[in-house]
Amino acid sequence: MEDLFRRYGHTLTFAFMALVAFWLLALVILPNLTLFEASFRPYLPVTEIGGPKDTYSLDNYAKFLRNPSPWNVFGIELQAPLNVKTFLSTIFYSTIATFITFALSYPLAYYLAKVVQPKSLPTMILLLFIPLWVSEALRAFAWYIILTFNGPLNAVLVGIGLLEKPIRWQQGVLTGYDAVVIGLVYSYVLFMMFPIYGSIQSLDRNQIEASEDLGAKWWQTHWRVILPHAKPGIASGSVMVFMLSAGSLLVPSVLGSTNSNWFTQTIQQWMLESQDWNTGAAYSFLYILLCTVVVALAMWLFKVKLSDIAK
Amino acid sequence: MSAGIDLENVCCDFGSFRAVDNANVSIKPGEFFSFLGPSGCGKTTILRMISGFTEPTQGAIRIGGKDVRGLRPNQRPTALIFQNLALFPLMPIWENISFGLEVRGVDKATRRKKAEELLELVELPGAADKMVSQLSGGQKQRVAIARALAVEPAVMLLDEPLSALDLKLRQHMRAELRSIQKRTGVTFIYITHDQGEALAMSDRVGVMSQGRIQQIADPRDIYNNPVNGFVAGFVGENNVFTGSVRNPATGMAGYETKLGTFRARLGELASGENVKLYVRPEHTLLSETAAAENSVPVTISEVSFEGAFIAVHGVAENGQTLVAEIRNDGSATVPANGSQMFMQFDPARAAILPDAAVAKG
Repeated sequence: MEDLFRRYGHTLTFAFMALVAFWLLALVILPNLTLFEASFRPYLPVTEIGGPKDTYSLDNYAKFLRNPSPWNVFGIELQAPLNVKTFLSTIFYSTIATFITFALSYPLAYYLAKVVQPKSLPTMILLLFIPLWVSEALRAFAWYIILTFNGPLNAVLVGIGLLEKPIRWQQGVLTGYDAVVIGLVYSYVLFMMFPIYGSIQSLDRNQIEASEDLGAKWWQTHWRVILPHAKPGIASGSVMVFMLSAGSLLVPSVLGSTNSNWFTQTIQQWMLESQDWNTGAAYSFLYILLCTVVVALAMWLFKVKLSDIAK
Repeated sequence: MSAGIDLENVCCDFGSFRAVDNANVSIKPGEFFSFLGPSGCGKTTILRMISGFTEPTQGAIRIGGKDVRGLRPNQRPTALIFQNLALFPLMPIWENISFGLEVRGVDKATRRKKAEELLELVELPGAADKMVSQLSGGQKQRVAIARALAVEPAVMLLDEPLSALDLKLRQHMRAELRSIQKRTGVTFIYITHDQGEALAMSDRVGVMSQGRIQQIADPRDIYNNPVNGFVAGFVGENNVFTGSVRNPATGMAGYETKLGTFRARLGELASGENVKLYVRPEHTLLSETAAAENSVPVTISEVSFEGAFIAVHGVAENGQTLVAEIRNDGSATVPANGSQMFMQFDPARAAILPDAAVAKG
């Protein structure tokens, strides 16, 4: 604080602090508090707001468990509220996307951190960054075009004879979420790659050599020496990719099939289509809470401490 | 269990730089062999070629008579102790030690037992469940040795493992390493730039410079009979006299230098050849009167007390500084600065070498 005063003088320092305080209070905390308050009030016509019906209750939150509907989970017939089904699907496919980004990122991160010549490293990292310069929306639409029925992927696969006739990729080959998962992986892979790269880079090369010298095969060295060292990076990358995936609205909107429904889309429907901000807000806060619980559970399962992620 | 190692015409190039040039050495099974040299002399490259992290550009390396070309480090019967030890910080001590057994598929109970046995051997019992960060430098050293011994290597390779320790501990670990080597009978190859370590521990020493092995001999020969100026200059201190051979006779010759004509042993030298005489400070005697031969008048310029001995520096007529060491046993009087004295040496105690006779790569 005194450093700031000394460096920038009183006027500038106060201006900085006032701007930051304004941003935090007026643009982050207040809107959230307003939404939080609204989430406990019913959705009413304008004339009735502040009237006798406008009381606090948990009704909006309770809506989450309404509308039981049949649900086929891998061949098993279940009855579950529609929202629960949407929520669990979102969590499940976000987890799948997280695992795929990890599987893609780890070898690449290891290659960049320990194998590649330091001379060509900047070029490699630049090549990885270039797709990030294009907006997320354009990247999602690019995949939409690639996967479309008359698109280049089908044309190539039919052309080289791998497919007899084109496939409706976006409708899904395995599930209705295939295209969404592809889009999420493509959008967020670098958020996994760079934390892992950072943590592997900090590993002393002698550790890898010592392991090999003691007789370990390459996979044993990865399993016992490199992966444990990279764990904090993997954990923070995973939390980031999972939360971004679960919170993505754009990718599932562009690449979703008729069978897919992302929880963010449910919230959007309440907020924009039904104009019911109260229920939308309730769902949003419930969603944040549930996602935090899922992340906490995963961290407990993989024995990750909060301090590991902060590294 | 222990194996010999043969290097035959081994060269190693990094681009246009030749790190090791035509190394030939035959290390016997169970021998404690040191490579001694300044940094950048190629000694670490030799170690990495034996362990398999670097492949020689030319030549053959045999371990126990078997050519190991193309074998990865995990396929060679060697264990390397790294300069920074490279212990695994996320594993407890016993898992560190038994790591080599774990990757070979040995069951947990056997591994634990073996780890505890090895901790006894390196005199660190009870440390099995500690973490690496809880140990002191000397204890980490012992764990690194135990971890390398666990895989029962035929050859142990040590890359300056004592350089991070303080002086007292370093001296203690020297003796410890030597005794572990004797007890296990494993061939030790030791890399160091510290001549004291190399001379005190080794059966034989290979002195290296600029990628070449300059001399291979037992420690006494390295010190007393260096084969060239590099070895003489790198191992120990010297008073150096430059001159040329005069009147060679049976075994002895005169040497004409700027500080007068000395008499000393004659090597395989011809009359008139340019030579350097190397005289160790501990072989240089200090007296108040001139001796019959090999005596140089000096003015004492500095007296430094080193504990076990006292180093007396004197400036000769031509400005050259000579050093004599006298034992701190009270037998000799310590001269005062500025006093006029004579420094002399025994004709049998000088090493005579042709000038500029360093093997270059």
